[in-house]
Amino acid sequence: MHEEKAIATLAGTCGGSALSWTLADGVIELALHRAPCNELGSESLEEFERFVTALARMEAEAHALIIYSEMKPGFCAGADLRELYQRSQGMEKAAAGKSVRDFLERIHRVLNLIDASSLTTIAAVHGVTFGGGLELALACDLIVADKMARFCFPELRLGLIPGFGGIPRLKRDVGNAVVRDLLLTGRSFNANKAQQIGLVSQVAGEGEALRAARATAAQLKKFDRATAAAAKRFIKPIPHEELRREIDLFCELFARPAVEAGLRKFVESTDAQPYLP
Amino acid sequence: MQTAEQTLDEILNLAAVHFKVPREKLSPDDDFFKTLEVDSLQTLDLLTKLENHFRVELPDYELQGVSDFRTLAGKIQARL
Repeated sequence: MHEEKAIATLAGTCGGSALSWTLADGVIELALHRAPCNELGSESLEEFERFVTALARMEAEAHALIIYSEMKPGFCAGADLRELYQRSQGMEKAAAGKSVRDFLERIHRVLNLIDASSLTTIAAVHGVTFGGGLELALACDLIVADKMARFCFPELRLGLIPGFGGIPRLKRDVGNAVVRDLLLTGRSFNANKAQQIGLVSQVAGEGEALRAARATAAQLKKFDRATAAAAKRFIKPIPHEELRREIDLFCELFARPAVEAGLRKFVESTDAQPYLP
Repeated sequence: MQTAEQTLDEILNLAAVHFKVPREKLSPDDDFFKTLEVDSLQTLDLLTKLENHFRVELPDYELQGVSDFRTLAGKIQARL
């Protein structure tokens, strides 16, 4: 870990095959680069856990964190459903349920740490920002979106709800009617709509979200860090109780046969539009 | 308000640019999944471009089963 900090301090790159990070001029940049679209599975989770450990050490030297994707299709397509399905196939029902709960507990811990970071955090998103990808963006303080970004919670078609903290965090940021629309229809919003409803703070031109996020991060450097961190703590409470209830509800729903059928349908689908709800 | 034919024409122009194919190779009744070998991500991109261009909101579940430009134009025209 000391080696990680030393490398990061020297503006080098740390990370693995799913993500990597750099620290330069007080800005930590976390790049997601797992093909095809940064699906969040056990490998990504392990690397996120390493990142949040390093984040705690880097915070004293930084004022901002930018999370972005290097993958062309988008920011993140959400949970790795193929891995989720395959893992549950090789287990007894109770063991599969426990495995899912363990995974959720771990990813909630990661997202809670990003959410509560003393840094000002920015998700620079483009393209597909679905499910767990939207939940990752929602853990950040600001979302800067490429005008081609799309946002969606498609979980209901699998018989599930978002499980990475999406509902409580979305509810924290926008009105309940918007949460119901996204959640219950499963439809996707474009970046302009997302800005209208207050989900996105800036819309950038095509391919320009990261540049806009970097410009924002440069602006943040002008402010006193302790004041910015205090302001963030004051305005952005973490909805711990609802996050706990979300894990319980997800696990309860996951145990139903309809979910296995929904996951199987997704995994075996040859549909030309698997990303469309 | 623009006519349905104008809407269709604009969609074909946008699709030609988006999918990098000559405009004359696209016709209103083409099945774009077959003709253009479009995948779901490209469909989402096209949907976003169309929404931005026409300044409409088109719920993607309305596109389920839509595979030709003429039907797509009808869906957009209904929201103009």
